[in-house]
Amino acid sequence: MNRLSRLAINEEGFIFDPITGNSFTTNQVGLWILERLKKGKKEEEILAEMLEYFEVDPETAERDLTDFIEQLRNYKLI
Amino acid sequence: MKVPYEKPVIRKVQIGLSNKFGSLYGRHIRPEIDGVPVSDLVTRFGSPLFVFSERRLREKYRQLYQLFSTRYPNVQFSWSYKTNYLDAICAILHQEGETAEVVSEFEYEKARRLGVKGEEIIFNGPYKPLSALKRAAEEGALINIDHFDEIYDLEEVAEELGRPIKVGIRLNMDTGISPQWTRFGFNLESGQAFDAAKRLVSGEKLILCGLHCHLGTFLLEPRAYAKAVEKMVDFAYQLQEAFDLQIEYLDLGGGFPSRNRLKGIYLPPEIAVPPLEDFAEAICDTLLSKLRPNDFPKLILETGRAIVDEAGFLITTVQASKRLPDGTRSYVLDAGVNILFTAFWYNFRVELEEDVPGPAEPCILYGPLCMNIDVVADQVQLPPLPRGARLIFSPVGAYNVTQWMQFIRYRPAVVLIDPNGQVELIREAENLEDILARERLPERLKL
Ligand SMILES: Cc1ncc(COP(=O)(O)O)c(C=O)c1O
Repeated sequence: MNRLSRLAINEEGFIFDPITGNSFTTNQVGLWILERLKKGKKEEEILAEMLEYFEVDPETAERDLTDFIEQLRNYKLI
Repeated sequence: MKVPYEKPVIRKVQIGLSNKFGSLYGRHIRPEIDGVPVSDLVTRFGSPLFVFSERRLREKYRQLYQLFSTRYPNVQFSWSYKTNYLDAICAILHQEGETAEVVSEFEYEKARRLGVKGEEIIFNGPYKPLSALKRAAEEGALINIDHFDEIYDLEEVAEELGRPIKVGIRLNMDTGISPQWTRFGFNLESGQAFDAAKRLVSGEKLILCGLHCHLGTFLLEPRAYAKAVEKMVDFAYQLQEAFDLQIEYLDLGGGFPSRNRLKGIYLPPEIAVPPLEDFAEAICDTLLSKLRPNDFPKLILETGRAIVDEAGFLITTVQASKRLPDGTRSYVLDAGVNILFTAFWYNFRVELEEDVPGPAEPCILYGPLCMNIDVVADQVQLPPLPRGARLIFSPVGAYNVTQWMQFIRYRPAVVLIDPNGQVELIREAENLEDILARERLPERLKL
C-alpha cells in the first residue's frame, strides 16, 4: 500500500499523483477510507470503523468498500 | 450521532474532457410521469413497467395533423399498426381520426376486431396471403400492391368476387437518401412501376387509383420527401395521360423521426432532428406547386414513430452493480433488449427517479439476459446507484411493445395514464400460463 503514501490529497478530495501526473477526485467517504489505507490499516479494520462512524449497514459498507478498493486498483493507486 | 453516509467513489480527472452531453454532474430526475409518482406505478404494477401517456399521444397526433391540415386541404393519417398495436393505443388514435395501416392478416384482424371498418384499412406489405387479400378486397380495404405476383393474386380475387378491385401500387425511387429501400414495391426510375401500371390496366380487373411509397424510417431529411412528392405527382399525371385513369391518393408512408438520439449521432435530438414542421412544409409546398389547379388527391401519412415514441416510458430497477475489469462501472437492470428492441438504435434519455449523491461517472447498463448483446445503454453519466434505484428510459413508445420478445423473462405490464392522471392496465404482465397455453408435451415425454 505504500504507493498511496506518495499521493497528495487535499481536504476537498482532490488527489494528485506526482509520479504519473494523474489527478483524481473522491468524495468524503472515499477520502476517509483513503486516509486509513494510507496509514496502513487493513480492510477489515476499516470496515469495522466505517460501521462505527457512518450511518450505514454492514452489507452496504462491505460492498462499497470492496468496490472502492477495486477502483483504486484499477487506477493503479494501490 | 453517526455521520451520514454516501457510497465512496474515486474518479480520474480528465483534463480537457469536453462535455457535449451536458454537465458531468447534471442529473436528469423524473419522480413522476404525468403527475403519477414512479414509486406508485411500480408498487401497483411492478418493475419493469411500460408507461404510456394518453395526453402526450393525443397532443402529438393533433400537432402533426395540424401541421399538415393547415397546409393542404385533403389529409388522412393512417395508424401504422406495427409501430404499436396495443388495442388501447390504436383506439386512442382511431378516436382522433386515424384509419389503420396494416401489413399482415394478424394486424388486419386486430384492427377489424377493434371496430375499424374494412374501408378504413390500408393493407401494405410484401406478403399478403391470398385469403387475406380476398377478405380485404371483399371488405373494401385499400390494398397497395408490392410486386407482380400480387397483381396476379388480386386478379384472381377480382374474378372470384365478380367485380373490379380498386388498388394502389407501392413505388420505390431515388430521393437522395441512403440506404434506398428498393426491395419494396416497383422501381420508378427503371420503368418497372410504369410497366406494373400498364399490366394492371390491361388486365381490366383492377383499378389503379393510388400511389404509395415509404422511404425509410427515422429520416432526418425533409428534402427527401419533397423529392418523393415531386416524382409521385409527375408519375400520377403520366399515368393519367397514358391510361386515362385518376390517381385519388398519394400515400407517403411513414419515416418521420421522433425526439430520440440515434446511436452515432452525438448532437442532442433538439439539434439533430429537424422539427416536424419542416417535413410538413416540404411535402405540402411541393404538392401545391406540382399539382394542377383544383386537383387535391388525398395525402395519406402512415406516420408511426413520430406519433407514439415520445408517449412511452420504461421504468426499470437496478438489481446489481459491478465494476468491469477495465474499471468501468456497470449495472444490471431488470429490463434488457428482450423488451427494449430499440436499444440497438438509440441512446435513450435515462432519468433517475430521485437524486442520488455522489459524482457521476460513465456507466454501462446491462439487461438481465445471459447474452453479451444485452446492453441497454452505454456511456451514461450516472452517480453511484444503490440497489433498487429506479431509472426511467424514454422515448420508448415506438416498436418496443411490438418487437419485444418473450426470451428468458416474461414480458412486463403496460399501463396507460389518462389525461386526468388515472392509471389503467392496458396489458397484463405475462406469466407461465401464457407461454404454456400453446405448448403440447407428448404423453410419452411426461416426467
Ligand atoms: C409501409 C410502412 N408504413 C409506415 C411505417 C411506419 O414508419 P415510421 O414509424 O417510421 O413512421 C412503416 C415502417 O416500417 C412501413 O413499413
